[in-house]
Amino acid sequence: MCLLKDRVCGVVVIGPGGLKHKIIICAGTGCIANGAMKVYQAFTNELKALGMDIIENRADAIESENKSKSAYMLKSGCQGFCQMGPLVKILPEDILYTRVRLEDVPEIINKTIVNQEVIERLLYVNAQTKKTCRNQEEIPFYKQQSRFVLKMCGTLDPEDLDDYLAIDGYTQAQKAYKELTDEQVCKEMIDSGLRGRGGGGFPTGKKWDLTRIQPKGKKYVICNGDEGDPGAFMDRSVMEGNPHSVLEGMMIAARAIGADEGYIYVRAEYPLAVKRLRKACNDALEAGLLGDNIFGSGLSMRIQVMEGAGAFVCGEETALMSSVEGNRGMPSPKPPFPAQSGLWRKPTVINNVETLATVPLIMRMGAAKYREMGTPGSPGSKTFALSGHIANTGLIEVPFGVTLREIIYDIGGGVTDKKGRVDPDGFKAVQIGGPSGGCLTKDHLDLLMDFDSLRNIGAMVGSGGLVVMNKTTCMVNIAKYFMQFTQNESCGKCVLCREGTKQMLYLLEDICNGTATMETIDLLQELATVVQKGSLCGLGKTAPNPVLMTLKHFKDEYIAHVVDKKCPTGECKSLAKAEILADRCKGCRVCVKQCPVNAIMGEFKKVHSIDEKICIKCGACAAVCKLDAIVGV
Amino acid sequence: MPTVMYRKFEKACSIIEKYEAQPSKLIPILQEVQEEYRYLPEEVMTFVAMSLKLSPAKVFGVASFYAHFALLPKGKYVIRLCDGTACHVKSSQRILDTLRKVIGVDEKNPTTANMMFTVETVSCLGACGLAPVVVVNDAVHGQMTSGKAENLVKEMKEKEGQENVSA
Repeated sequence: MCLLKDRVCGVVVIGPGGLKHKIIICAGTGCIANGAMKVYQAFTNELKALGMDIIENRADAIESENKSKSAYMLKSGCQGFCQMGPLVKILPEDILYTRVRLEDVPEIINKTIVNQEVIERLLYVNAQTKKTCRNQEEIPFYKQQSRFVLKMCGTLDPEDLDDYLAIDGYTQAQKAYKELTDEQVCKEMIDSGLRGRGGGGFPTGKKWDLTRIQPKGKKYVICNGDEGDPGAFMDRSVMEGNPHSVLEGMMIAARAIGADEGYIYVRAEYPLAVKRLRKACNDALEAGLLGDNIFGSGLSMRIQVMEGAGAFVCGEETALMSSVEGNRGMPSPKPPFPAQSGLWRKPTVINNVETLATVPLIMRMGAAKYREMGTPGSPGSKTFALSGHIANTGLIEVPFGVTLREIIYDIGGGVTDKKGRVDPDGFKAVQIGGPSGGCLTKDHLDLLMDFDSLRNIGAMVGSGGLVVMNKTTCMVNIAKYFMQFTQNESCGKCVLCREGTKQMLYLLEDICNGTATMETIDLLQELATVVQKGSLCGLGKTAPNPVLMTLKHFKDEYIAHVVDKKCPTGECKSLAKAEILADRCKGCRVCVKQCPVNAIMGEFKKVHSIDEKICIKCGACAAVCKLDAIVGV
Repeated sequence: MPTVMYRKFEKACSIIEKYEAQPSKLIPILQEVQEEYRYLPEEVMTFVAMSLKLSPAKVFGVASFYAHFALLPKGKYVIRLCDGTACHVKSSQRILDTLRKVIGVDEKNPTTANMMFTVETVSCLGACGLAPVVVVNDAVHGQMTSGKAENLVKEMKEKEGQENVSA
């Protein structure tokens, strides 16, 4: 059943009696970078040469009169397995090819499309069992996940409204506008226990209800797509992969609070998300889903997409609103909360992308059913962006309450060493929640991943970036990296954040340069506590988290830098000293040729040595040594 | 003289008109102006301020606050290295050093004298699965190494060399 009578959004049959093939090519940012669009074009050309009709949207797929000679080519949103891209899925055979290059296309056409043969070398190989996986269900990375919000990213065409309507899209918005009162919508959200996915974990229903009870008049809904945390790309994938679900969530929020205008604030680093959201808004407006008198309810709703201009602090809600108003994106003290006085001083609900995309799903399944997923305190599922030193990087979704161990070893396939090989005991730490989060160590591998457990140990779910670090990562250096980041991004409004982060950065630089004393560490600790307590907004309040967490769990590394003047991993260049291990060096001269400053001496088949005075500690030698004989850089 | 002035601001005028000269649309206006001129020339910012009935200081304040606004012209090829956490732990710094060395720029002078290349870092691009990432104008290049980065620059230089010959 289609929601709109004039749209064509029925079932598309693939295989006998229907279309000959459906070929889904992942067109997320990652796969496009790997050449997905060229692969798409090559498929189209080759299929045409075979005499097949190319169909590019659902309406044509249903109305085609030449079905048995047609192929449905679909560009999907991010499927999350970016490292293996471009991904090509072929239906009805249900084969998933990974890392498809332009030159592979003719072979796929000849063997798979014409002769139904599977090309083994393009299948994903399970690193542990060495077996090939024919389709998505067989790949451990996907098998261990429970994709809920992300379920449709990767199967539907984000630029085709009919595709979203075909999965009952916008029926929940219709229900909210026509069958339910604003109070009932809020109650449903409160009952579901949905908590904001942007970092804070504030109950969404409660936020809506607080805005709903404000006096009637102009109100706004804002979708926060300013996903600034380095190492997080969940919201990007949702916006790119299923933009209509975000719009539907915003419509339901608007209904709940009585708003008639909405903004989606997307960061400028996500041009594809901006493009797809703008198209989705225009399509929805043209189809009458947005605009005036929606669903005959007499109510209006309009949504605008606004592109950010590159400021991390705009992820903070008051700063974001200031940016929408056309000002410098600086935060303001709370209260008043946005629910009381937000955008242009009107009551405003501001929700994260993932939160809003979850809303229609909850409405469909009902609050009680939704609560069956996850833990009692944190119902539902959470998307995480897995990156860093891990075998399978990419986007994952798991129910709240799984352990870190399951994520890293079962889904992620284990920790890798510097050269990308899986190292069974290479694990050192995980940075969760970006520069505002904290690091989790070996002791936390069995910790349940949910809002409260993480908060109890001083970390936070944050937006959901998980950056895995192996043994070669210097934790002091990482703390310095994050401090550099927050220092750069501090808006400068409050003294504690502006000056505090700068001084903390100086102290960390002293430690990394070997000019610090034990007093430096005490001072750092004290300053971190003060900045945490006294800053105006979330950016400053959470900026010291990486320092405090690394000080707590890796104090020995700080002491090694300060007392022994040594960086245990060799990452801090001022303290590094390259050394060749005599028992490992076979004298191959590879490093000698690689050294840009000719600091390595040695004859063929004799142990080499490094001249410390010339060495610039660039690490190029260690990177090329196959025997791991060079240490310290 | 007046015709010259008119021509210079013609594009800015049409952008401002498109947004009905609303001061709240300052950021989208500046974004489009930058698209047109490749940076924000001071006189254009003053012109925008006057048209929106804002003070030039306010416009300059907004332009200097956001990282995406460039107050100085950039090269033909803007090479941006992602400095997100995932790229950082995968040694993006080394690639940045290589890029700066082969192009001949540094942190303080990111653009070459012939206005061909600009090298800068950019906050996380959200392509962490492909870390480390380099973006040249709008094209994303993933899983970079120093060697690959060097080749990339070589390709661009060769292309430019050829164009010069044919011209």
